[in-house]
Amino acid sequence: MINMIAALGRSALASVMEMGRSGIFLYHSLVALPAPRTNFPLLIRQLYSVGVQSMMIIIVSGLFIGMVISLQGYTILVDYGSEQAVGQMVALSLVRELSPVVTALLFAGRAGSALTAEIGLMKATEQLAGMEMIGVDPLRRIVAPRFWAGFISLPLLSMIFSVVGVWGGMLVGVEWLGIYEGSFWANMQASVDFGEDVLNGIIKAIVFGFVVTWIAVFQGYDCTPTSEGISKATTRTVVYSSLAVLGLDFLLTALMFGDL
Amino acid sequence: MRMRTLELGVGTFMLAGLVALGVLIVNISGLNPAGSKQSYTLYALFENAGGLTQRSMVSMSGVAIGEVVSITIDEQLLKARVEMKISKDVDYLSYDTSAAILTAGLLGEKYIGVTVGADTEMLADGDTIIDTQSSLVLEELIGKFLFNKVNE
Repeated sequence: MINMIAALGRSALASVMEMGRSGIFLYHSLVALPAPRTNFPLLIRQLYSVGVQSMMIIIVSGLFIGMVISLQGYTILVDYGSEQAVGQMVALSLVRELSPVVTALLFAGRAGSALTAEIGLMKATEQLAGMEMIGVDPLRRIVAPRFWAGFISLPLLSMIFSVVGVWGGMLVGVEWLGIYEGSFWANMQASVDFGEDVLNGIIKAIVFGFVVTWIAVFQGYDCTPTSEGISKATTRTVVYSSLAVLGLDFLLTALMFGDL
Repeated sequence: MRMRTLELGVGTFMLAGLVALGVLIVNISGLNPAGSKQSYTLYALFENAGGLTQRSMVSMSGVAIGEVVSITIDEQLLKARVEMKISKDVDYLSYDTSAAILTAGLLGEKYIGVTVGADTEMLADGDTIIDTQSSLVLEELIGKFLFNKVNE
């Protein structure tokens, strides 16, 4: 009985400590940013592996999600004779919700887990410790570029996702199902507001980019340096960032659109 | 060589993101350049402005010429007072112009349709359109229909 209570307390303390460590870690890696001359090529390299290589999966899934919303929306709306509203439905659901959230989830699976595994393996093979020994700050050299790369990439990926999704929706709605193209676009443009919808979607993507990369990089840096520890850390990255993204999405939606 | 392909890839990625932002602004949200263009203000008094919202379209013969800025109650006349921003190039709205609240499609948005009259004097900044037709309220329409049926 006493042991159970003690274990409960230990796990609570451990999670508070983990939060504290991640906060300190965040502070250090953000402060470690300057020295643009050496860091810029590193950032480019990370942008390539985090952003550019995620583009394909984002484009393909954006296309299919747009197509599927269009198809589903059409089958429902055609009963009310207002199938022109498909454009508005596709654009609003993509721009407000789906593109930031789905992009962040895919990003956590595609890039976040890779970041965690990479940094975790560096820790397990004592590369990070070696860097510290020769006087190179691993936070500045390894973590900061990866962090910024994720932070920059996710909003861009999310915008690409929206555009490709709308295009896919148009492909199905206009080319295949025969909605009149003019009213498809006009309805969309009349209902999507730049400040209200597009900008809020981008703000969401920025927040998600920050959170997902933070979790990924921290889990890698903080993992137990064994092969089992790395695999656990990678799993944790995907689970934590998915939960964080979905929870934050509700919070942000309530703040932005809920008239609180 | 390796670095160059990297830079090229990242550059393409950034460019794709910016192009996407551009498409989002222009094509999808249809950010109206008329909003930033020169415009003047007109008012219209409606018995009922139900369903009309801010940024609703003001159109003439189906062409957008402006948008609704605000909807308030006129405290003296107890009517809805709609403030509209009309593009400056549209300076041919005569003094007896009429405005009606119309619906785009069956379930569509409400918008204001403007029909020009025959007067030679033109509406200027701050004028009010008096000849108006309110939005269609379905309940009232059904009520009238039933009332007529009873009378028959």
